[in-house]
Amino acid sequence: MDSFVPWLLLALPLLSAVTIHLGLKKNQAVSALVSTASAAVTLVLAIILLLQKENVSVAFNWISIGGFEGIKIGLDFDQLSRGMMLVVTGVGFLVHLFSLAYMKDDAAKARYFCGLSLFMFSMTGIVLASNFIMMFIFWELVGLSSYLLIGHWYEKASAADAAKKAFLTNRIGDFGFMIGILMLWQITGTMTFDGISQFFDGAHPKVLVPSLTMLSVSILLIFMGAMGKSAQAPLHVWLPDAMEGPTPVSALIHAATMVAAGVYMMARLYFAIGTETLEALWGLNTIAWIGGITSLLAALMATQQDDIKKILAYSTLSQLGYMVMAVGLLNPEAGMFHLFTHAWFKALLFLGSGAVIFACHHEQNIWKMGGLKKTMPITFMTFGIGTLALCGFPFITSGFWSKEQILEAALKNNTSLFVIAAFVALLTTFYMFRLFFIAFLGKSRSDNASHAKEVGPLMFVPLIILAVLALVSGFQPVAESIAPAYHHEGFHFGPAFIASVLAVLIGFGLAYKLYANAEKDPLADKGLFKVFRNKFYIDEAYAKIVGYGQDTVAAFVHFFDELIISGLIVGGFSRAAGGIGRIFGRLQSGNLQGYAVLFGLGVLLVIYLTVFVS
Amino acid sequence: MASLNEFLFVSGLLFAIGLSGVIIRRNIIVIFMCLELMLAAASLTLVAFSRFHVHNGLPDYNGQVFVFFIITVAAAEVAVGLAIIVALYRARQTINVEDLTSMRG
Repeated sequence: MDSFVPWLLLALPLLSAVTIHLGLKKNQAVSALVSTASAAVTLVLAIILLLQKENVSVAFNWISIGGFEGIKIGLDFDQLSRGMMLVVTGVGFLVHLFSLAYMKDDAAKARYFCGLSLFMFSMTGIVLASNFIMMFIFWELVGLSSYLLIGHWYEKASAADAAKKAFLTNRIGDFGFMIGILMLWQITGTMTFDGISQFFDGAHPKVLVPSLTMLSVSILLIFMGAMGKSAQAPLHVWLPDAMEGPTPVSALIHAATMVAAGVYMMARLYFAIGTETLEALWGLNTIAWIGGITSLLAALMATQQDDIKKILAYSTLSQLGYMVMAVGLLNPEAGMFHLFTHAWFKALLFLGSGAVIFACHHEQNIWKMGGLKKTMPITFMTFGIGTLALCGFPFITSGFWSKEQILEAALKNNTSLFVIAAFVALLTTFYMFRLFFIAFLGKSRSDNASHAKEVGPLMFVPLIILAVLALVSGFQPVAESIAPAYHHEGFHFGPAFIASVLAVLIGFGLAYKLYANAEKDPLADKGLFKVFRNKFYIDEAYAKIVGYGQDTVAAFVHFFDELIISGLIVGGFSRAAGGIGRIFGRLQSGNLQGYAVLFGLGVLLVIYLTVFVS
Repeated sequence: MASLNEFLFVSGLLFAIGLSGVIIRRNIIVIFMCLELMLAAASLTLVAFSRFHVHNGLPDYNGQVFVFFIITVAAAEVAVGLAIIVALYRARQTINVEDLTSMRG
């Protein structure tokens, strides 16, 4: 394979972003087309690379440091990155198409598409990065492009705040990530994934690593980066707020690709280190537990949300929790497989919700929708398929196959996590059908909903493509050829299958009973559900904690600045100079004869000293 | 003939009168004249010392030469000083030193 093609994959979106930013800001329509064209070409390139099935890596030295290995810029092509590339460019291209229609009347279309291209560039960088330094750089770049796109409508205070919150929360995770990378560098002496893989190859880890605790700590710190990007509790608070951005952005960045980057990075790390070494470490269960708890909390919060995008955001959180749990259970293949199927059906659900929001004149409250089944049949059908896939409807949807692998992994390693995962599956079905019943069935509950019309082909074609992928991407032949990582175990009838079928049935039954003909939420404001509706008051708690912390630090700094710096040092010197000046200033009376007296006294003093003293 | 002490006494008296005039009087011209008085006192001292410091039957003329210098310089100083006073009067319309306090710190 030509080594030119991989670089092209990285360079095209960057070129498009730069061109739009520098030259095409005024020309909205052209800039949209440039960005979409670059996405289309990268998709074609990604498919070509995927079909070649050839492991390639290209690299050049970026910085050489004395006796060290130096920092490389390199691209790695293996099954993991090729499959992930397909997800990124595939969802990316469809989202570009959808955006052409969704953002048709936006005043800053050029800025929006520039942001999308920048994001595609950064995400490609993460996926293809051959070492941790490069991954970290692109990691921060996706953070930046996510910030820009969440804050696209920055005139709205809530959007600007959400963008800030996303960036800052990510920074907390990235701080740990950076320390973890440096610790791992210290332990292994290399930054590249190949190098790490060679380092751990063969010998028993105790021989290689002086302290296994250090290795565990470094992996947990690297996981902090994933916690930030993949929005795991307790750093999950930014993702629901990120829904302030345009809906296609939510589909691309905050559902299918960027938030999955944490899982992808952990999978890369785990594949490089190898299961044998990982099993010798302690504390990695924490990762599985964080994933499990996130998925449970998010699913509970999702049951009481009224905003269609917020429900999907919490379901994304919950599914990301599943993936992290699978990684934590030392089964990154299952996590990556769920990432792969989830990318398609969650992008489908988000774009579907985008179509609904577009048709209902930017109404996002599901209680003001209703009856969309008749007016928007294509959206209704595709959204229904997405819902089924997310619930993991047995056999015909992709979500079933990937969720099954995660449940199996949990069952094998940790029964309590399995119970949590099964319960989350039940909750998922419950809240998704709650959304589905309220938004699409029944009668229209507002003028916006009753006047909704089916969206145009630019919007429904991506929906149909994604719906097909949501159904077929889980099947073994498809998954084996295009999924980033797939481990075929063959389906077998067991507790995991029973649990997932029961979860779907019970969840559906409850949702049907409560919401099939509901005019308002029967559970609202009832005890525990009020807590769910208020997101466990986590945001409020953070506001308090951050508030107190900041106030304490600020009070200390204020004390130091006012009293020590300003009062004692700077102010002390200035007051001393001023005081001395005032004392001697009195001598300058301006009275001529006063001076004469002083002069006379001075002369007397000099005479006294010369004549009588010496 | 009067003794050296009497000359020095008169000279000290003159100097004291001049100094007190400089310190006490408010009129700048009077102060100026008092300054001249102090110079005259100094000149008188020099002349007296010169007259009484006899060496080989001759007085010491160094002191008297010094007095000529003082008279010359004083004449020049009077010219400059009076010019400054005239200029000051033109600017401020006063020769009272109590009104000239713009240098107060």
